[in-house]
Amino acid sequence: FAFGYNSVITKRNKFFLPVFRDLDAQLRAFRDKAAAAMPGSDWSPIELTPGLPPERADVVIVGGGVVGWSIAYWLKMKARVRDGLRVLVVEKDPTYSQASTVLSCGGIRQQFSLKENIMLSLFSAHFMKNINNHLCVVNEDPVDLQFNHSGYLFLASEKSAHIMEENYRTQRYVGAKVALLSPSQLKERFPWMNMEGVALASLGLENEGWFDPWSLLNALRRKAVSMGVYQCFGEVTGFKCAANLAETTDGEVLNVQRIKYVNVRMPNSLEYQPVECAVVVNAAGANSGKIASMLGIGLGPKESVSGVPLPVEPRKRFVYVVHCPDGPGLDTPFLIDYSGVYCRREGLGGNYITGMSPEETEEPDISNLDVDHEFFQEKVWHRLAHRIPAFEQLKVSNAWAGFYDYNTFDQNGIIGLHPLVPNMYFATGFSGHGLQQSPAVGLAVAELILDGGYKTIDLSALDLKRILLQEPILESNIV
Amino acid sequence: MSQAMKRCSAHTCAAVAVRRALSSGAATPSVYTRFLLKLSHYFYDVENILDWNNWLRSQGVIHKNRLFGYAQKNFGNNVAAAYYILTLRGSFRFAGQSEWFRPDSRGRFSYDFMSTPDAKIEEVDLSGTLINHNGLENLVKQNKLQTLSLRGCPEVDDWFLARLHVFGESLVELDLSHCSRITVGGLAALQNLRKLERLDISGLPRLQNPGLVRILLEEMLPHCQVSGAEYEQGLIQPDSQEQTEGHHEASTHTGLRHL
Repeated sequence: FAFGYNSVITKRNKFFLPVFRDLDAQLRAFRDKAAAAMPGSDWSPIELTPGLPPERADVVIVGGGVVGWSIAYWLKMKARVRDGLRVLVVEKDPTYSQASTVLSCGGIRQQFSLKENIMLSLFSAHFMKNINNHLCVVNEDPVDLQFNHSGYLFLASEKSAHIMEENYRTQRYVGAKVALLSPSQLKERFPWMNMEGVALASLGLENEGWFDPWSLLNALRRKAVSMGVYQCFGEVTGFKCAANLAETTDGEVLNVQRIKYVNVRMPNSLEYQPVECAVVVNAAGANSGKIASMLGIGLGPKESVSGVPLPVEPRKRFVYVVHCPDGPGLDTPFLIDYSGVYCRREGLGGNYITGMSPEETEEPDISNLDVDHEFFQEKVWHRLAHRIPAFEQLKVSNAWAGFYDYNTFDQNGIIGLHPLVPNMYFATGFSGHGLQQSPAVGLAVAELILDGGYKTIDLSALDLKRILLQEPILESNIV
Repeated sequence: MSQAMKRCSAHTCAAVAVRRALSSGAATPSVYTRFLLKLSHYFYDVENILDWNNWLRSQGVIHKNRLFGYAQKNFGNNVAAAYYILTLRGSFRFAGQSEWFRPDSRGRFSYDFMSTPDAKIEEVDLSGTLINHNGLENLVKQNKLQTLSLRGCPEVDDWFLARLHVFGESLVELDLSHCSRITVGGLAALQNLRKLERLDISGLPRLQNPGLVRILLEEMLPHCQVSGAEYEQGLIQPDSQEQTEGHHEASTHTGLRHL
């Protein structure tokens, strides 16, 4: 039809050309309208807001960071039937401007003291080793994480050398490839370092380093969307629950709420869509505490179960990019000093990324992501220059701040169900390690939801009930 | 859209595989490959056939790099490592012996290496084989390995280099030329090979600044001689600067000739 019509134009008189040109556009518009009116097109007479989530979903994941998308990916991978499970990922900010994932330094290490943490990062490293087998999408480029295999180097003083040896034994037992170095070996390996005060050091030999968090997030998101996960940009403002009363063995009456609807509010609008769902996953990172308080967790009387809040709050951390042309070269590992200062190489041009966790009493204000350069001048620089003398001459070229989803209870991840909300799974509180543990945590939560228990890595030690029973499991190697 | 999702699979598609092969520096694909690729954009059947082809190839790589556990348990680590290298069509030489064990052009080899189960392997030539980081599991116990040649291995990537730390006390020579997947992040892992004396990094397409990488590697491994990259590679040379440099060179040459 179209071919015949075009040839008609060329053969006809030029007088009629303007009329025919207009006619051509009108006919095209008519054809489009006719196609839209046919069943199977997206047109509907009712004007709907674009970007609304579906009215019904099986699993709603609150939070579109790397943990949220990893859970969505593994849920779809485990549910082998196409469209067998409808998963919706709700993310507040489409630009990811304040998300912890993209503002992270991107490091991955196995040098923890808790064996569950070591197993989580080891699994994630193996996932990233074969990432194209997992996350390759038809007709798209292969995933490139820009992984730098330089390893982590932890330094210990006299006081903490024995803790480092203990941790070394645990790490080796679980299967991480770590080596202990004495100060003289350190001096021979890294001549640019000042050994004063260092009694022992532990260097990761394999599966440790840093990578690009945005590539991992995008790879997980692209693969999950290709498998049929729905993505919605909106903010979760509340839940509609069905409440039941339950009595504990002590005779206390508790309000057990089962989530029926998740209210997702559209950006820059008052309009919200209640999404009917079976399971909700709280992977909101730094805002997980806010989501939990929407369900009344922590708002009850102090002595009861409902009075214990979710101990996850945002903590601001600064990252400074410094340029030092005489700095250490390609062999710079991700150096972590016992004073808390960390430093890693960025690129090949003499740029380094450095920072430090502030003291508990001097936590910066969390209302915004402004950078405090005084912190670098007063706290970070002299410690950095003490450890690496070349850094006495440097220039801060850039800096940014990001939030840790800090678990104030024991700085380890919280994974599991809350007794008062039987269909909300928590996967939060990783205190700076969410990125490196995300593939493994995603699989663990997917196994909890679909199989009812852990199959690959047993994370019962990280269950939420330790918060309610007040039994912390402490991790001594937090940066 | 649901039809498109039905076609999704976990393995690399034909177009991506060809793009990867092209980026590895191979010549432009043959008319036949280009024709098949064009057809696969129009017909699902052709695309599926090409996908199966790539899936079979990747399964072949996985099969080649499996752990030779039976051989390790019954004949010892050295014999298992030797058997593994020969099945991959590589060659090796035991420590203390001077003759190399090689397969012939058809891939057949003699089983003489089984007569010396205690001899450790000293030199290995795995150029052009399909070894990857999983296959290295068969060789980790060879702590006397001195020379390793991985010239033109398509499956050797940064994770493979990170696993080479097990040879940190013994490896003296490493040849990584023409391995298309290696980047600077993997070369940074070579800091664990403290005894390395010769390193070849020629023909690595993913290195943007080979000259700079050579300088950084020489700084990182002071006893090592890095070959395959000239210091000027990767430098941006404006045309006028080249001409004046050419004049300078010509004048110095003539100057020297007169001496």
